[in-house]
Amino acid sequence: MARKVTSRHVWMSTAAAWLFGFLIFLPILWMFLASFKSELDAFAMPPKFLFFHWTTENYATVQQRSDYVHHALNSIIIAGGSTLIAMLIAVPAAWSMAFSPTKRTKDVLLWMLSTKMMPPVGVLVPIYLVYRDFGLLDSRAGLVLILCLGNLPIVIWMLFTYFKEIPKDILEAARMDGATIGRELVYVLTPMAIPGLASTLLLNFILAWNEAFWTLNLSTLEAAPLTVFIASYSSPEGLFWAKLSAASTLAIAPIIILGWFTQRQLVRGLTFGAVK
Amino acid sequence: MEPLGRQEAAMTTQQVIATQQTQVVATEQTQVLGRALLSPAVVLLFIWMIVPLAMTIYFSTLHYTLMDSENWSFVGLENFRYFLTDPAFLTSLQNTLVLVGSVLAITILLGTPLALLLDQPVIGRSVVRLMVIAPFFVMPTVSALVWKNLLMHPVSGLFAWIANLFGLTPIDWFNDAPMLAVILIVAWQWLPFATLILLTALQSQDEEQKEAAEMDGASALSTFIYLTLPHLARPITVVVLIETIFLLTVFAEIFVTTGGGPGLQTTNIAFLIYSQALIQFDVGNASAGGLVAVVIANIVAFFLVRIIGRNLEV
Repeated sequence: MARKVTSRHVWMSTAAAWLFGFLIFLPILWMFLASFKSELDAFAMPPKFLFFHWTTENYATVQQRSDYVHHALNSIIIAGGSTLIAMLIAVPAAWSMAFSPTKRTKDVLLWMLSTKMMPPVGVLVPIYLVYRDFGLLDSRAGLVLILCLGNLPIVIWMLFTYFKEIPKDILEAARMDGATIGRELVYVLTPMAIPGLASTLLLNFILAWNEAFWTLNLSTLEAAPLTVFIASYSSPEGLFWAKLSAASTLAIAPIIILGWFTQRQLVRGLTFGAVK
Repeated sequence: MEPLGRQEAAMTTQQVIATQQTQVVATEQTQVLGRALLSPAVVLLFIWMIVPLAMTIYFSTLHYTLMDSENWSFVGLENFRYFLTDPAFLTSLQNTLVLVGSVLAITILLGTPLALLLDQPVIGRSVVRLMVIAPFFVMPTVSALVWKNLLMHPVSGLFAWIANLFGLTPIDWFNDAPMLAVILIVAWQWLPFATLILLTALQSQDEEQKEAAEMDGASALSTFIYLTLPHLARPITVVVLIETIFLLTVFAEIFVTTGGGPGLQTTNIAFLIYSQALIQFDVGNASAGGLVAVVIANIVAFFLVRIIGRNLEV
């Protein structure tokens, strides 16, 4: 802080910021607390805040229902698989656009971006029918494919902006020293690109993990990831708040922690360089 | 061709010529390779963009339901006439606009002061920022169900308890104000996005300019109106456009809380198309609706792509 600030100013803004931060975080905190209550305490009115009988039985129940593990595995496979495949396709594409741009590169980039703006519901019917005819409904492969295509434009864009930041002088120096393109890629570019690759991987894993249009429409049981599993708690007869909370906590905790590491990349990945 | 760097100045002419030649070779090689590396992505995205869309257009001209899939016939623009004059379409269009507009208003009107607050000297700012960002990483089905049950339940929810504290009658959210309930859930999910982007933009604001204004005796309010707001105009536009693209197709939150009801009260266009396709199995009509959704999204996308393109250096 370059400007002089009074301590009263600091205390006021601190108090206000913490109050708003707490209010925004409250639903997550409340869910977290409910996951340690008995079903009866979870419904209790007036609500029990901290002084209730803490129990981990909900987590045990959720774990015992082996289908939880099954859906968690599906989430990992679908989010991980779609992200990795998208990276394999996107790295060469972004590399080529960042390091040997042509007159059309800008148009290609903007066109790729525009494919992301297609509302998924606009192509729900044909995708559903094609998937039905090819036996891809409720299959992990089908979800990997569609999430991979859906996120590909974001992956390419993020990688492009990272590759763009690698100074070209270094490449020229390597070329002058007689490095082939292959060596250039392995020894010069890769080490400099790793941070960008890692954050792209992370952010797109998160986006795929939380995707809830295609997963809800194209999977029911076998391939259903956690988004769909949690949705099954929406039926009125299945209303177990404490268990819903425990399952939800397990489903979102790893992603929130991963997400906190990607704050900066979030802005970059989702605004396509329009805000810096 | 890149202009030659400083190193070259020290070289002999021969070396320079030799270097230039290798660079030309390298560049040609690179361009061929570049095209080869780019093409898989281009081809895949091209297929992904064209094929389903072409199929949607084709289906939209058919009378075709999955209940009776043998009997299909070409009906021209009949589905569009039906979809666009269906009272459900007008209702869901209206709901979509209310949902998008309200969430935009809430996230911008709360996100801007919140970003300004987080830009102040705050003790433990990084922790506050983590708490503010967290909702964005919660999967839509979880946030919808947690809000619907743990917070908004008319008897045992946290909000009901707060209402009782103040001697008010708790609101039965999903019966009396279902759209408002959906709006609050979605706004909670997108508030972090708006805040984070506006905060990022604020942090790139010229501090010296602000200091100079303060030294000239400008009040905090006029500094905000004449310096900060214009600086935020572009990021706000970007937030509005990006959020609009995603908000036009809100689906999971409606799917797990209200199922579009009661009646059509929370049915937006995305949910209407879904129910025509996968509940009523009316392929032709749902496809016509899908194309309407594509057209609406493209109007927004047009402006967004222009703004991003203006900022893009290749």
